[in-house]
Amino acid sequence: MTTATVSRWDRFRESFFWYSFKRDKVAIASFAVLLLMVLAAIFAPLLAPTDPYDLAQINIMNSELPPVGMSGSDPAFPLGTDAQGRDLLSTILYGTRVSLMIGFGAVILQAFLGILFGLLAGYLGGKVDAILMRIADVQLSFSTLMVAIIVGAVFKASFGNLMFGEIAIYMLIFIIGVAEWPQIARTVRASVLAEKKKEYVDAAKVMGFGTRRIMFRHILPNTLSPIFVIATVQIANAIISEAALSFLGLGMPETQPSLGSLIKSGFDYIQSGSWWITLIPGLVLVVLVLVINLLGDWLRDVMNPRLYKG
Amino acid sequence: MLAFLVQRISQALLVMFVISVIAFAIQDGLGDPLQEMVGMSVSEEEREAIRDELGLNDPMVVQYLRFAGNALQGDLGNSYFYSKPTLEVIAEHLPATLELVIGASLIIVFLSVPIGVYAAIRPQAWLSKFFMGVSTVGISIPVFLTAIVLIQLFSIGVAVNWFPSDTGWGQWLNDFFTTEGGLPSYGRGDNLTHLFGTWNSGFFSEGGLMHLVLPSVSLASIMLPLFIRLIRAEMMEVLQSDYIRYARAKGLSAGRINFLHALKNTMLPVITVGGVQIGIMVAYTILTETVFQWPGVGLMFLEAITRSDIPLIVAYLMVVGLIFVITNTVVDLVYGLVNPTVKLTGKKA
Repeated sequence: MTTATVSRWDRFRESFFWYSFKRDKVAIASFAVLLLMVLAAIFAPLLAPTDPYDLAQINIMNSELPPVGMSGSDPAFPLGTDAQGRDLLSTILYGTRVSLMIGFGAVILQAFLGILFGLLAGYLGGKVDAILMRIADVQLSFSTLMVAIIVGAVFKASFGNLMFGEIAIYMLIFIIGVAEWPQIARTVRASVLAEKKKEYVDAAKVMGFGTRRIMFRHILPNTLSPIFVIATVQIANAIISEAALSFLGLGMPETQPSLGSLIKSGFDYIQSGSWWITLIPGLVLVVLVLVINLLGDWLRDVMNPRLYKG
Repeated sequence: MLAFLVQRISQALLVMFVISVIAFAIQDGLGDPLQEMVGMSVSEEEREAIRDELGLNDPMVVQYLRFAGNALQGDLGNSYFYSKPTLEVIAEHLPATLELVIGASLIIVFLSVPIGVYAAIRPQAWLSKFFMGVSTVGISIPVFLTAIVLIQLFSIGVAVNWFPSDTGWGQWLNDFFTTEGGLPSYGRGDNLTHLFGTWNSGFFSEGGLMHLVLPSVSLASIMLPLFIRLIRAEMMEVLQSDYIRYARAKGLSAGRINFLHALKNTMLPVITVGGVQIGIMVAYTILTETVFQWPGVGLMFLEAITRSDIPLIVAYLMVVGLIFVITNTVVDLVYGLVNPTVKLTGKKA
C-alpha cells in the first residue's frame, strides 16, 4: 500500500501538471488563497469569535459598528457589526461556508446529470442525442440565471417563506444543479464523440463488453480532463448564481446567511453610511470567485482539452 | 433553405408550447386565486360556487385549452395587485426595461469593439494586458455588486482622508480618491417625455439621462468582458487567415486591413452571439432593476413573486419566453442566411 502511494506521489511530482503549477505564480497564489478560504470556511465554528446563529450571543446595542480603524469601532469586532449586532467576521466565515457548500453541491449535482446525459447523448447518438441536446440548447438559450430565478420563484411561492428558509440550502443546490447541467453535458458529449471513434472502443466492442461498461469504464475516464476544467469554472458560476438568488430574496434566509444574503441585508443600510455590512462580504465573494476562475483558466491552459466551442 | 426555415420555426412553436404548459402548470399549482380575491370571511359553499364560476373545477385539459386560447387572443388574465389585464401592466413597465437595455447595449458596443480590436492587434501591449486582466476580474464580479459599488462611489460619495492632509501630495491624493456622489440611484426621475402609447422616455431630459447612467453602466459591466474577449478571440483568428496575409503582402495600410477587411469578418459571429446575449440580458435586468428600484418588468416580476400575484408571474414568463424564442430564432435564421456553411438540416456543423 505504501509503495503504491509513494510511486503515485513520485509520478505526480514528475508530471507536467505539477511542473507547470510550480512555474505559474498566478496559479500558486490563487490556489493558496482558495485553500485558505476553504479551510477558514470548514473550521468556521472554531475560528469565528461568535456564533451568528446563536441569538443569545447577539446584542442589538452593538449594531452597525464600523470596522477597526474607523472612529467608533470596537476591537471585539474587527470587521464591524451588521444591523442586528452580529459580528461581521463571524457571519462572513459562516457565510463563506454556506456559499462553498452550495457551490460544490450544485456542481456535484450538475456533474452527475451532465455526465450521465452527455455520455448517453454522445455514445448512443440518434434520437436520444437529438432530444437531449435540443433540451440543453433550449435551456441554455434562456440563460441559466433566468431558469434558476424562475424555478426559485416557483419553489418559494409553493413552499412558503418559512418552509423555504429551512430547506433553502438543498433547494439552492437543486435549482442551480438543474439549471446548469447543459454546460457539462455539452462538453462531455463533444469529447465522447471524439473518443467513440478510437480503436480501444472498437476493441472493447469486439470483446463483447456491454454498452454500459464501455460507456462508464472505458470512455468516461478519458473524458475526465475537460470535465475537470469546466467543473472548476462552474463552481465559480454556481457561487455567483447562489449570491444572485439570495440577493433577490430567493435564496438563503438572513438567519442562516450566505455571502449573497449578507450583501442583500447590508444593502438596506448603505444609504445610511454603513458601507461595510454590504461591501466586505461582497469583496470576499469577488475574491473567492476570482481565484476559482483564475485556477480554471490555468487548468484550461494546462490540460488543453477539447472544450465545447459554442 | 426552406427546410431550415420550417425546422427552426416549428422548433420555436414547440418551445412556446412547452413554455405555455409550464406557465399553465404554475398558474394551476400555485396559490389559490380565491384567497387573493375574497379573503377569510367567505363560507365554503360560496367559495365552491365562485370556483365553479371561474372554471377552476374543470378538467386540466379543458383549463389548459382555455388558457392557451385566451393567451393567443392576448388575454393572460388580470393581475391581482393592479386589478387590470396583466399584459397592460407589462406594457407599462416594458419601456423602462427596454431603455435600460438600450443604454447598456450602447455602452457595450462603443467600448467592446475598440478595446477588443486593440487587444487583438497588439496582444503584448501592456494596455491590452490591462484590459484583459480587468475583464477577468469583471467576469468575477456579480452585477448587483458592481451596482452597489457604483452607488457607493457615485451616488453616496466617498470622503478619503487616508493621507496626511498637511502636505501637498497627501491632500492631492485625498482629493483624487474622494468622489462627489450625487448621481441618482433610485428610479427614473420625474422628467420623462411621453413618446407614444405607454412609452415614457428618459432619453430626452437631463434628469432622465442622469437616472439612466448608473443602472446601464451596471448592466453593461456584466456583458462587456464577454464581448471584449469574444471580439479579441475572433479578431485574432481572422488575422491569421490567408486573405489578411495576402492583403499585407499587397501592401495595404494596416488601418485598412484591420478595420475594413478583418473587422468585417470578426463582427459576423459577434453579432449572432450578441443577439443571443441581449436576450440573456433580460435575466440580469431583474438584478439591476432590484438594486436601483428601476420600474421595469424585472422589478415588477420580483414584486409579483413577493405579492404572490400569480397571473402577473405567468404573463411575465410568457412574454419573456416569447422574446427569447423570437430573438433566438431570428438570430439562427440570420446566421443561416449569411453563413452558408451551416448545414441546412439545422444540425450544427
